[in-house]
Amino acid sequence: MTTTQTSVGSGTGRAPRGGVPGAGRRRGAPQRQSGAGWLFVTPVLVVLGLFLVVPIVMALWVSFTDWSGRGSPFSTGVGFVGTDNYRALLAGPGLSQQDFMISLRNTFYYVIGVVPLQTVGALLLAVIVNQRFLKGRTFFRTAFYFPSVVSSVAISLVFLFLFTGTGAVNRFLGIFGIDGPTWFSDPRGLIHLVGQGLGLWSIDQPPAGLNDTVVAGLPVWQWISGPSVALSAIMLQVVWTTTGTFMLMFIAALQDLPTEVEEAALVDGANRWQRFRNVTVPHLRPTILLVVTLGVIGTWQVFDQMYVMTQGGPAKTTLTPAYLSYQAAFGQQQWGQGAAIAFILFVLIFVLTSLQRFVLRDKDEAARKRAERRQRRQQRAAGSGAAA
Amino acid sequence: MTRTVRTTSLALAIAGALTLSACGGGGFKDDSGSSAPASASGPVDLKMLIASSGDAETNAVKAAADAWAKKSGNTVTVTVASDMNQQLAQGFASGKPADVFYLDASRFADYAKNGSLFAYADQFKDNSDFYESLRQTFTYDGKQYCVPKDFSTLALEINTDSWARAGLTDADVPTTWEQLEAVSKKLTTKDQVGLGIGVGIDRLGAFVVQNGGWWLSEDGTKPTASTPAVTEALQYVQRNVKAGNFKMSNQLDSGWGGEAFGTKKAAMTIEGNWIKGAVKNDYPDLKYKTVELPAGPKGKGTLQFTQCWGIASDSTAQAQAVDLVKSLTTVEQQMAFADAFGVMPSRQSAADQYKTKFPEDAPFIAGGEYGHGPINAPGMEQVVADLNSKLENFGGADLSSVLKGFDTNAGAVLGK
Repeated sequence: MTTTQTSVGSGTGRAPRGGVPGAGRRRGAPQRQSGAGWLFVTPVLVVLGLFLVVPIVMALWVSFTDWSGRGSPFSTGVGFVGTDNYRALLAGPGLSQQDFMISLRNTFYYVIGVVPLQTVGALLLAVIVNQRFLKGRTFFRTAFYFPSVVSSVAISLVFLFLFTGTGAVNRFLGIFGIDGPTWFSDPRGLIHLVGQGLGLWSIDQPPAGLNDTVVAGLPVWQWISGPSVALSAIMLQVVWTTTGTFMLMFIAALQDLPTEVEEAALVDGANRWQRFRNVTVPHLRPTILLVVTLGVIGTWQVFDQMYVMTQGGPAKTTLTPAYLSYQAAFGQQQWGQGAAIAFILFVLIFVLTSLQRFVLRDKDEAARKRAERRQRRQQRAAGSGAAA
Repeated sequence: MTRTVRTTSLALAIAGALTLSACGGGGFKDDSGSSAPASASGPVDLKMLIASSGDAETNAVKAAADAWAKKSGNTVTVTVASDMNQQLAQGFASGKPADVFYLDASRFADYAKNGSLFAYADQFKDNSDFYESLRQTFTYDGKQYCVPKDFSTLALEINTDSWARAGLTDADVPTTWEQLEAVSKKLTTKDQVGLGIGVGIDRLGAFVVQNGGWWLSEDGTKPTASTPAVTEALQYVQRNVKAGNFKMSNQLDSGWGGEAFGTKKAAMTIEGNWIKGAVKNDYPDLKYKTVELPAGPKGKGTLQFTQCWGIASDSTAQAQAVDLVKSLTTVEQQMAFADAFGVMPSRQSAADQYKTKFPEDAPFIAGGEYGHGPINAPGMEQVVADLNSKLENFGGADLSSVLKGFDTNAGAVLGK
């Protein structure tokens, strides 16, 4: 394969990379250089290895053992249990499976609520504060970005006060005659509530068909609950906090947008919406991919808010895999299970991110690459035919 | 392409070498299950990890530790944990835990089971002076590991203004479930409920004890929640919650019973002696008195909460650590702690002194005689958390299915 590529390379006029007769004299120099290169990257490799590779390898090992958190996980007293930890979480039956499935359900609703809202919100804010004729642009940019630089713990505490039963939010709702819920202690799911509002069911007497059918350790009735009122309050807070961060990325990308292109569109008679839809958004595609990817990764890993505000309650509706992993390890001394949760979460995020990269890929670019590959294959076939 | 292979293999080799050196480098220590106390010679530096309720407690513990250090010629470094569970776990995993630490009863069994604790209670000649039920709490597999530091119990707090307004007198103080139901009905008004109860089995369990039941069998090997003694006790509370003369704290937009009591949303509550400090700080104008919990069909009952002085089995100065704990658990020292931050001494011989000094706390200390410790079987934390989450909406909970679920889950853990 290498030889074919080289021959193609020389055919297109590129210099061959080595193996040219008579060049042996100069071979020593690049090797010395590569030695120096290794010397320069060694500090990074050591740091990454020590703080990234080693802990990950250790955690992977722990996830296959019954280590109880005392002494080294590699000592003789620690038993290798194979995939027991993974099986308890994924196949059950038991509390571990139930809790893990609840945490997946919660986070699923959390992600599909937060990611679209924060992406669209960030884009809108960015477009607004990027207008050249807006007065006080700097003020708005600072104001919108401000929540991102405040510690999430501090914000969480403020939200706890805002969302108490007699807090500011409920007082405000009271002005309109709405009797607000006791946010952080209300475990009722939004879909359950909507269904009850439409007269489909009653939360106190769930339909037997849904409540008795158990899928993966959890009744269907529980799966379709939607985010609880408590989780929704946390979602609001997270959207409010992270929108500013992502706004910054959109602003950076918007400033890259050449004025000429926009002017050309203007000359062509495109109105404001058409310019946004057909010029700005396509230009922002890489940034949208970045923001959505970072959003998906960040939301699946959510931990701070649960640790500070709810500890997984009420009725486990704010339990997330990351918090469950922490609880299993530090609370229940089931370190193997905690590590297993972390690795399942990693695989989940990896799969979802790859999937989403595939969906959001640049289709023109992909088509061009495909065409190039086809061309190369044909050339190769022609080349080998000629050689024969 | 060959270069890529070489690069990858080199990176892997470096990573592998790092893994080996990290594990062989003395960061971890293999198990050593010795029972004779390790005694370092010469002056030692003991590390102590505490979870402090505030400056008063920190300073009192530091002063007591310093006094011992001066007398014995050693030194003690007291560290206040910001997250006790996490810091303890990190210590045990590293093989270099704190020598002496606060250990909560609900965590005790897990650490006793995995061999993190040094069992030293048999070195206390006057061990029997500690309350029997507290010693039982820190017993795992027939062996008492550590001595109780202090303890708290639940009692009934009554808002005396509401009491008088409802036309009740001292003679009406409830001593039975029927009387509790009757006075709570009289105390319930438009904006105040008769009795506000904190969420979870750490309060509801008191009714279970009064009815002669418990979540597990006394030896902690079998779940017993799905029995009439437990079910009927919870049904009594649920009936009153449905009637509206009892309410759970989450129905009253409160984090715990004391908040509902302090904000006058509840005329009575069931809390421990920690409520004294909370009322003094947050609701200084509140007038209230404390009485023992009413007796149930099977007599008096309450819950005890306690911590012990844990000593690590990985400590290299266990003999000195035991000596330090001895000095921290004398009657005089326990009374000094009681003075400083309001805890109750775990020694029976200190009870009379305590009652004389703090007469208003007599109902709490009386609970030392008939109280029940927390669930202390290993691996139960997740099961208890699940039970608590299902009892959050207590008025609407399907008790028999919840208790059956607890028995199934607990059975799976205890059967291991």
